[in-house]
Amino acid sequence: MSKVSHSKSTYLEWYRLMVLIRKFELKSAQMYGQQKIRGFLHLYSGQEAVIAGTMSAIEKQDKLITAYRDHGHALAVGVSANECMAELYGKATGCTKGKGGSMHFFAADKNYFGGHGIVGGQIPLGAGIALADKYQENNAVTFCYMGDGAVRQGALHETFNMAMLWKLPVVFVVENNQYAMGTSVERTTNVLDLYKIGSAYEMPSEPIDGMDCEAVHESIEKAAKRAREGDGPTFLEMKTYRYRGHSMSDPGHYRTKEELKSFREDDPIGKVKVTILKKKYATEKELTALENEQDKLVEESVEFAENSPYPSADELHKDVYVGDYPFLK
Amino acid sequence: MRTVQFREAIREAMQEEMRVDDSIILMGEEVAEYNGAYKVSKGMLDEFGEKRIIDTPISELGFGGIGVGAAMNGLRPIIEYMTFNFSLVGIDQIINNAAKMYSMSGGQIKVPIVFRGPTGSAGQLGATHSQNFENWFANTPGLKVVVPSNCADAKGLLKTAIRDDNPVIFMESEQMYGMKGEIPEIEYTLPIGKARIDQEGSDVTLVSFGKFMRIAENATKALSEEGISAELIDLRSVRPIDYEAVANSIKKTNRCVVLEEAWPLASISSEIAYMMQEMVFDYLDAPIKRVTSPDVPMAYAQTLVDAYLPDTKEVVEAVKTVLYS
Ligand SMILES: Cc1ncc(C[n+]2csc(CCOP(=O)(O)OP(=O)(O)O)c2C)c(N)n1
Ligand SMILES: [Mg+2]
Repeated sequence: MSKVSHSKSTYLEWYRLMVLIRKFELKSAQMYGQQKIRGFLHLYSGQEAVIAGTMSAIEKQDKLITAYRDHGHALAVGVSANECMAELYGKATGCTKGKGGSMHFFAADKNYFGGHGIVGGQIPLGAGIALADKYQENNAVTFCYMGDGAVRQGALHETFNMAMLWKLPVVFVVENNQYAMGTSVERTTNVLDLYKIGSAYEMPSEPIDGMDCEAVHESIEKAAKRAREGDGPTFLEMKTYRYRGHSMSDPGHYRTKEELKSFREDDPIGKVKVTILKKKYATEKELTALENEQDKLVEESVEFAENSPYPSADELHKDVYVGDYPFLK
Repeated sequence: MRTVQFREAIREAMQEEMRVDDSIILMGEEVAEYNGAYKVSKGMLDEFGEKRIIDTPISELGFGGIGVGAAMNGLRPIIEYMTFNFSLVGIDQIINNAAKMYSMSGGQIKVPIVFRGPTGSAGQLGATHSQNFENWFANTPGLKVVVPSNCADAKGLLKTAIRDDNPVIFMESEQMYGMKGEIPEIEYTLPIGKARIDQEGSDVTLVSFGKFMRIAENATKALSEEGISAELIDLRSVRPIDYEAVANSIKKTNRCVVLEEAWPLASISSEIAYMMQEMVFDYLDAPIKRVTSPDVPMAYAQTLVDAYLPDTKEVVEAVKTVLYS
């Protein structure tokens, strides 16, 4: 339980955002089943508290970058459900005009530097974005997300070293959902506490209950403050869980029903709901109304995506270079 | 003959070689307990145990280099990349170490290793997951690069690759793993560097390799319906390249079209065109044409994937261009 007290609006915002993400992902899974969405689709269901707890603790000028499990982060920074769903459909109205697809959401105007498909690729990028902010004295902090699997890339270690050496304003957040595809953390390392990796670089590091918005918020707030004051990076290990398979084609035979059930019982949305009701921040009825609003947004996003045009073939040669380029024909 | 899936042909090659040579190990992401991301190594953990079928963390630079080191010191590792897109994270170990060790050490240290996994596009996977680096690896002296197009070739060539004392890049296709084909009942191997004449013809030489052989075959059929006889050559490996096979065919047909999935600049098709103008210039009745992916990254949307990927129609048109018909 939290030592700090959060306001009513914070709880209600956590609830709204997490419900939106949960419903959006549920709908995408459904649309994937109908083959409206193709390719790889990785759902964020179960991990919502990590991004919700971040959003309440950061400032407008701060930057976000993550891996391919990126829908939740996009919705959190304010990319509309319409643009997200249209992107999954591969429509011209999507957040990258149908070019990136599920794994590569971007929204530069919202300081969202994207979803990245190559595991670990975003880790040095996050530090680089922070380097530019420090250089330009933007007073901004970069939040760089990664999965537990990405921690095994050499890029993380090189980046951690330089980020500490140069005291970059970056917060590395590992969303430890305990599996990288079918591989559990304990099958990839003898250092089961991922946060301890930071200590080799004397980077302040901490394990956090990633199923709890309050805990996430507090850790992010502290790390953001440290970064903003010029004291450099932090490494946060958010202990969380993905409710679904790795992607739509993964039946998830490597984990037990009991394990999944125990995490579902610790559901971040359910926990915030209990607090809201207990503190009388809203009534059951008001929360239902809020849920219905999110349902509506998601339903509308499907309609929007359905009715949007596909990108035309000439889009292939657009956005490849800034300015003209003599492509080979 | 026996009918197997492409993934089974690859698995059989690994299994047969591993049964007779215990210096062979298989290493990569999800190869053991998960039975392979695309089930190529299904059952191999059960048969060979965890000493020889090794799951790795997502550390392509690390396990690729560990494979090279092990090869320098007596093992014959097979390194599986979940796809060759991810090999880029560790390509330094392939280009700077695996490919150069033997020559740099004055012939003292050989690197008998196979790097294998799927290459190319596989539907709507977007820019980072839909790339062909056959020509990148083929550009590097010290490597051999095999890109099989069917089950029988995959098995025979992979067995040879595993027995080869040089580093071999072996590039498969996600979209071919479920494809069925016939393979011989008896044990066999195929030499690396020998092209295969898939179909004899007299009007035009069509050259391709890997997954795109399907498109080439369909084009050949479509052309024959129009009375055009295409000779279809499957390169099977793009380093070394069997230039002789292509040149001999051009001596007969006097025209040539090359089809590949990679981007056009400095591609295998550029290489074929260069070598053919050198070897059989006097036989050519038309400039060589190529059909490749366009000079841009792949995108996610269905419409953009369709516009991007070469198809039968494009190949037929290219053939008609070189036939001036
Ligand atoms: C360099 C690289 N290697 C392999 C892959 C294939 N791959 C995609 S996701 C994934 C697992 C990553 O797990 P984790 O980092 O824990 O993230 P999560 O999926 O749990 O969010 C793998 C191996 C890839 N995309 N990039
Ligand atoms: Mg994970």
